[in-house]
Amino acid sequence: MTAIIALSLFGISNLFLGFWFPRKVLQILTLLFLAIGMGLTAIDWNHELLWFGNMFRTSNTSINFSLIIQLAAFLVVALSRGFGVDDEHTHPAEYYAILLFSVVGAILMVSFDHMIMLFVGLEILSVAMYVLTGSDKRNLKSNEAALKYFLMGAFATGILLFGITLVYGATRSFYVSNLANIIAATAPESMPSFLYIGVLLMVVGLLFKVSAAPFHFWTPDVYDGAPTIFTMFMSTVVKTAGFAALYHILSGVFGGIYSTWVLTIYFISMLTLIIGNVTAAYQQSVKRMLAYSSISHAGYMLMTVSAKQISSTSTILYYSLSYTLATVAAFAVLIIVSEYQTGRKEKPEDYASFAGLSKNNPGLAFCFTISLLSLAGIPLTAGFWGKFFIFSDSFNRNIIYPVILAILMSAVGIYYYFKGIISMYFKDGDIEKIQVPILFRIALWFCTIATLALGVYPNMVKSLF
Amino acid sequence: MNLLFILFFPLLVGAFLLIAKPKHAFIISLSAAILEAIATGFLLYQINETSLAITYMHDWIPEVGIQFSLKADGISGILIGLCALLLPFIIGSTAKTEKADHAQYQGLMLLMQSAMMGAFLAKDAFLFYFFFEASLLPIYFLASKFGGENKSAITFKFLIYTIFGSLFLFIGLIFVYLRTPGTTHSADIETLYLTAHNLSSVTQGYLFLAFFIAFAIKMPIFPFHTWQPDTYTTSPSQGTMLLSGVMLKMGTYGVIRLIIPMFPLGISIWGNTAIVLSIIGVIYGSIIAIQQKDAKRLLAYSSFAHVGLISAGMLTQSFEGLQGALYQMLSHGINVIGLFFVVEIIERRTKTRELAQLGGITQSSYVLTVSFIILSLGSVALPLTNGFIGEFILLKSIFDYSFVLGIVAGITIILGAVYTLRLIQKSMFGNVSRITTEFSKLTLEEKMVLIPLSIFVFLGGIFPNTILHFSEESVLQITQLMK
Repeated sequence: MTAIIALSLFGISNLFLGFWFPRKVLQILTLLFLAIGMGLTAIDWNHELLWFGNMFRTSNTSINFSLIIQLAAFLVVALSRGFGVDDEHTHPAEYYAILLFSVVGAILMVSFDHMIMLFVGLEILSVAMYVLTGSDKRNLKSNEAALKYFLMGAFATGILLFGITLVYGATRSFYVSNLANIIAATAPESMPSFLYIGVLLMVVGLLFKVSAAPFHFWTPDVYDGAPTIFTMFMSTVVKTAGFAALYHILSGVFGGIYSTWVLTIYFISMLTLIIGNVTAAYQQSVKRMLAYSSISHAGYMLMTVSAKQISSTSTILYYSLSYTLATVAAFAVLIIVSEYQTGRKEKPEDYASFAGLSKNNPGLAFCFTISLLSLAGIPLTAGFWGKFFIFSDSFNRNIIYPVILAILMSAVGIYYYFKGIISMYFKDGDIEKIQVPILFRIALWFCTIATLALGVYPNMVKSLF
Repeated sequence: MNLLFILFFPLLVGAFLLIAKPKHAFIISLSAAILEAIATGFLLYQINETSLAITYMHDWIPEVGIQFSLKADGISGILIGLCALLLPFIIGSTAKTEKADHAQYQGLMLLMQSAMMGAFLAKDAFLFYFFFEASLLPIYFLASKFGGENKSAITFKFLIYTIFGSLFLFIGLIFVYLRTPGTTHSADIETLYLTAHNLSSVTQGYLFLAFFIAFAIKMPIFPFHTWQPDTYTTSPSQGTMLLSGVMLKMGTYGVIRLIIPMFPLGISIWGNTAIVLSIIGVIYGSIIAIQQKDAKRLLAYSSFAHVGLISAGMLTQSFEGLQGALYQMLSHGINVIGLFFVVEIIERRTKTRELAQLGGITQSSYVLTVSFIILSLGSVALPLTNGFIGEFILLKSIFDYSFVLGIVAGITIILGAVYTLRLIQKSMFGNVSRITTEFSKLTLEEKMVLIPLSIFVFLGGIFPNTILHFSEESVLQITQLMK
């Protein structure tokens, strides 16, 4: 809990530190702040406590999610180089501060025990993201993306709020633990029908944030338009926080009325898998491919979110972690390569930009390969076990058809992920040795080695969750 | 401990070669492969003496009941023996070429060996799947990095096709695994046997199909073979040798290890269809092989035909069928890599594999001709060669199963003789063509590979009992399980 106070204070102090210190120092300081935040989060391990008038709960699950979120933020900061925008326009202090604020929002979203806390957390996170999306202010695409994201996001938050209101009307409670008891105590017939509408609206609001189909239309444009470093942040932090909240609501609060929403979730998960994977296969740009792939991973995760089992908590955590590591590494290599190709190639983010990368940059090519293999779910990588846990969880609940569909879609996934690998190793290109800053290299290799280690010995973290 | 050494030693050396890129990659990888072969030989000797399986077990993911457990019994023993025996020859066949000291090339071959050893040794179903899939990556990189014409598209098709098939295996495994007793379940293959036996025959039927598709693509069985001729043709020779010599045995091994003991009721529904498909493959592959103009492609189709016979024999579920299949896996592995190497030797000297342009090589290289003929006779299954023993037992099991199918499958011997003799005649005999006039003699390194392989063909044909006896007990155990 102290972590959110500390991170907010750090964020504010970051704004002032910007007067005196250059970007490099700020970056190191922000990394330090996030490390302190992680330490403060971990202190509460095994102490299940309520804070702020019982509105905020720290439990081991929420701590794990908070740690994954802060780890992702840590990696993003480590990989940021003035955020990819040329120096004239950078405001590093502001960026780092906004980033810290959004992490606070994300932590609120994973540890709320009161519906208003969920709403506040979501808003803190979203508003920060609208700003960061539009941070490349000379780029027309970035501006368009920010506006689109803002309009759609505000709409979705409205829907979520409407849902919360209806649920309150039906149960007269905002508290998560109360709600679950009330729902368990009341017979389903005597519940007002607008409770179910409320639940559905809340779910829709959150599904929008995690970009599940059919609420995904903003995702490709926003992911494509935002500076790549923030796309990385969006597709890891926002997604993890969104899924944690969704899981908390569905299994924790509305687990009692499981049968009313479960079909909706299955349908949406199947739709998301099809749309995400099939559309990704048609992309020419790696950045757009990763955007659609992030939609498709939302589909896999939705299959477990609906679980009513203890093991699915660790499944979601494991999947979030493996997905985060792989996505960060993939976007990191994309940043390096597209930066190198800007000016050389008309479209620096296309598959063609990666042609021949392995020749003079075997390290970068290796990291990109491992991250793509992990996203595709090939053995030896963390993604394989993530998929394994999801499939076996779903099978355990006799969900046969979504799993079969997911399997078919994994085969489609292999197609578009391997296109990147083919382009790096088997196509001819003229990429020279690219100089990569030391911090960048450390973060990239950390992701790669962690992905491999989790792939060979998943128990390393699975037993923690 | 010996098991762990066999499993991880090639991996370590392979990773070293890939990362450090040392200068004398050939010497390193060849000595690693020979050391591996010695270690494996020692292990097999141990199993043979004590007639007990050697096992190793360590916790891997205890929460979900997945163990890192290895077991070398008679069946696994034959396959790790094959893998360890062939690798020194496959690596040796690169000697004095530009690939010899290419660290990546050598490293990938060793990684491949490690993954295949793992698949053959795994006692845990998910460990098996893990290695089964992992073995694809090195061979994919090997084939698409060093392959011939149009390699990118062809190997991509191969990759997606095989992974697609394996995914069915994956869901099938998860399905059975979740029905094992206990809260954490267990993925131990022997527990899966017992669990699967309790499933209804319809469920077993579906599971049989899911498993069979995966292995049928790997082998390949008609009609899942469309990736195979192109991939075999375009891969570099050593890749083709790995694919045909060892990797396809992962499919046949999977049938023996997983399908047959697990789904006796499933086989009673679908087994007949699968056998008919396999035999269609035998005839179809042979007929297409007869018409091929490219020697490598011809061998690819012949391999397709041979593996169909192995699959048909196994699926009869008889003791002879399984024994014959195991024996034939071994002989096919030896013969096919020898034949592919002969084709490569010809290609090195003449820069072509077109049968029409070759001829008269016998006049310039006597050793090549003799070993080519010996290996081909093994492939045609002439008595006194290793192929005869395997095919004879396999055909007997198919005859016992169904007389008509036996007769149809028996045509393979005639067709096999037709395409193999045509291959020998067009390339070795006849008039010397323009490009074979300056055909140089075999080098010492080439002889070192070809002559031992030719000797194995005879050894296998004359002393089959050592090997048949070796696998007998484990095969009996499998047949017991089916009752």
